[in-house]
Amino acid sequence: MQGYVELFIKAVFVENLALSFFLGMCTFLAVSKRIQTAFGLGAAVIVVQIITVPTNTFLYHFVLDEGALAWAGLPDVDLSFLGLVTYIGIIAAMVQLLEMVLDRYFPRLFHALGIYLPLITVNCAILGGTLFSVQRDYTLSESVVYGIGSGFGWALALVGLAGIREKLKYSDVPAGLQGLGIAFIIAGLMSLGFMAFAGIQL
Amino acid sequence: MSSAAKHALIDPIVDENPVTLQVLGICSALAVTTSLLPSLYMCLALTMVASLSNAAVSAIRKVLPSSIRIIVQMTIIASLVIVVDESLKAFAFETSRELSVFVGLIITNCIVLGRTESFASKNPVGLSFLDGIGNGLGYSLILILVASTRELLGSGTLLGYTILPTLAEGGWYNPNGMMLLPPSAFFVIGLIIWGLRTWKAEQVEQPEFRIHEVHRTEAF
Repeated sequence: MQGYVELFIKAVFVENLALSFFLGMCTFLAVSKRIQTAFGLGAAVIVVQIITVPTNTFLYHFVLDEGALAWAGLPDVDLSFLGLVTYIGIIAAMVQLLEMVLDRYFPRLFHALGIYLPLITVNCAILGGTLFSVQRDYTLSESVVYGIGSGFGWALALVGLAGIREKLKYSDVPAGLQGLGIAFIIAGLMSLGFMAFAGIQL
Repeated sequence: MSSAAKHALIDPIVDENPVTLQVLGICSALAVTTSLLPSLYMCLALTMVASLSNAAVSAIRKVLPSSIRIIVQMTIIASLVIVVDESLKAFAFETSRELSVFVGLIITNCIVLGRTESFASKNPVGLSFLDGIGNGLGYSLILILVASTRELLGSGTLLGYTILPTLAEGGWYNPNGMMLLPPSAFFVIGLIIWGLRTWKAEQVEQPEFRIHEVHRTEAF
């Protein structure tokens, strides 16, 4: 049990996908103007992450890895070169499903997320989570914890940045830095701050 | 060259730059820019994938049902990335080993999907191809600027050649270690945006509030 807690803490703070690995930056910077939208997108990323990371890890262990097809009587088959296409296929399918569900049941959230919902597909945080999980050989239950943790960490960073940017409305930013420019500088400072978590052990 | 084609090709370089204005493709701009050479290969790979996938998506835009468009586009992009990856392995093996993960991550580079979604699915093949090249060039411009700043200030070299001899090698330059850490990429891109928007003032975003300046006479 302690192992899972440690994995979760590590995924959220130490190895934060947004601020330590710089994954999912485009949506991170573009959708962090309002806390409410940031919550919505953060929740969407957590959900997609919880579904896709374990699914892809499962597929890797039982279909794609070298010798993984032994259960089907094909011990010599190595399909790992198909990894990227498979992962992205699973992710795209999940996002499209989520898009349809949101459109049907939560139309307001659907409109608020706009173009960024399809862009979750190309959110490198999602693909990155899958790749890390496969690369580090997580078991199925570990990959579930890692999926939750990494998604939560990304959402945390996003909401944090959105909070700072909402407060920033009242400050006097130079004209050329207004909006995107100052967001970059703040994200840089946040990532400097998160570097302080490096090396935390439970 | 017709004016529409010229706009598709030239506009994304400065006026509608994918990184600084459209907020696309930032992850790899941060990740690969610690030195210049891998960034150059990255630019080349991205420009090829962006232009070819734009052309391919545009060619099938009229027969593609919108409910499955994302998955089809991703498959096209992923196949193109595998082609680029394999050809890099064949012709530039050392660099491909250096870049390994990042070539794969072109699949998730939002410039590619962002442009196929917003441009190629509405425009003819030739224009979309040019738009892909233009956006690739715009991305390359930022990547090269950031990479040369970081490599020059961080280790005193460009493309591996010494420009500023460092103290460790008996020179005078004390390298700024922070330039090799990821946060510096944020700062460099932020400063580039500041410079670009000071030059092209129409790109400046309007603040939501203006702070009312209180004059000394008003206060009393």
